[in-house]
Amino acid sequence: MPEKVPDIQTDPPVEIQQILDGDVMAGARLIRCIEAGDPATARMLGQLYPHAGNAFVIGITGPPGAGKSTLISALITMFRKKNFSVGVVAVDPSSHKTGGAVLGDRVRMQAHAGDKGVFIRSMAARGVAGGLARAARDTCLVLDAMGYDIIIVEPVGSGQADLEITTLVHSLGLVAIPGTGDGIQAVKAGLLEAADLFIVNKNDLPGAGSEMMTLEHLVQQRSLEPDTWQPPVASTCARTGEGVDRLADLFLDHRQFMKNNQVLEKKQTDQAGDYFNTLVRQMVMDRIDPWVDRQVTAFLDTAEQQAAVTADPYRVAQKLADRLTRSLRDVTIY
Amino acid sequence: METVNKIRVLVAKPGLDGHDKGAKIVALALRDAGMEVIYSGLHQTLDQIISTAVQESVDVIGLSIMSGAHLPICEKLTAMMKEHTLDNVHLVVGGVIPQQDIQPLRDMGVAAVFPGGASFDTIVSGINALFQ
Repeated sequence: MPEKVPDIQTDPPVEIQQILDGDVMAGARLIRCIEAGDPATARMLGQLYPHAGNAFVIGITGPPGAGKSTLISALITMFRKKNFSVGVVAVDPSSHKTGGAVLGDRVRMQAHAGDKGVFIRSMAARGVAGGLARAARDTCLVLDAMGYDIIIVEPVGSGQADLEITTLVHSLGLVAIPGTGDGIQAVKAGLLEAADLFIVNKNDLPGAGSEMMTLEHLVQQRSLEPDTWQPPVASTCARTGEGVDRLADLFLDHRQFMKNNQVLEKKQTDQAGDYFNTLVRQMVMDRIDPWVDRQVTAFLDTAEQQAAVTADPYRVAQKLADRLTRSLRDVTIY
Repeated sequence: METVNKIRVLVAKPGLDGHDKGAKIVALALRDAGMEVIYSGLHQTLDQIISTAVQESVDVIGLSIMSGAHLPICEKLTAMMKEHTLDNVHLVVGGVIPQQDIQPLRDMGVAAVFPGGASFDTIVSGINALFQ
């Protein structure tokens, strides 16, 4: 690890007005501070908050290699044609060994690098489970306040239960590749239940037709209340752009549907409530975590205690946890 | 929360040469040194490199150049970096760079040059040294 890292708080400080004016350099630097966990960002985010809430936030999730980044690039093209400005947050995993990362989603989106109406930000997950970086949501807030009409979030290539993305986006597309699922995969719980749109990408591969059918059956078998959104199944080839114009329309249809049924408003309110909960939890845990670490290390200082743990870790853990919880009110936090 | 900042490096290949094995391997070495590497791929125009560096707020732009065009490319890019107030961003260059071109590159403002044969250690410590 490098001993010294770049100083992010160097001058000039980022001004709120620059962000609201859509200044890319200022926005990018604020995101940098958010990622670094700079405590000064909370005040700025609070000031930006009233100016956000206008962007339509889309998530594109799916397994690694499904073509998410390429699909997003093609979607950007379609949304640009409709004169929407687009912000992208693309999350890739961090190395659990070194904390470093290679962020490569951008390679597929580089065609848009010169377009002033497109802001693409790569982000390392930094050890957070669930597929999103901790800074992803606040980054969306910044992009929203900067005035981007549509924000597309690409989480880390997902497993079946990486649902963190659902707490952030208004509309979630799940990308499937032909030949990877069968009937039983499709009825499982998890992401499949959460998706608002299914996308069978790489539709030139064998098995695309049966993948479409499986997903269409899945959607039809849902017992739907009246006035609920029935997730469509789109067929795309992101590489050639085939089907992506329809996909862009489907996302916009979904937004219109949610607006017409007051679902969008409710979703935003629910997500804001969840996020408040998350914020409090994070702030508390950030303070307590290092303290617990120190207490555990101190506890294990003697050979006697270590022997007790080796003999029965459950009993000793319970006792220590009880003691720590009782003493919580005495904890002095920085 | 503890403030955790990491060195962010954009690894890019400008121009037409199509050999990115070296760039990818260096990207891995930097990752293993705990840095966050934004890899933007082949055939980047200088405009793309600048706009990517701004959007990603990187600390370092690392160019891999094997085409022999390192002098004009770096001359242009350093000027563009000034123009876009990327004064705090360090430009480093690797690839096929003849010995006699290293000083002229340094004179343009290139912070470090890693010609063919430079070890990962040299590259990693060379980049770390920019922040000490």
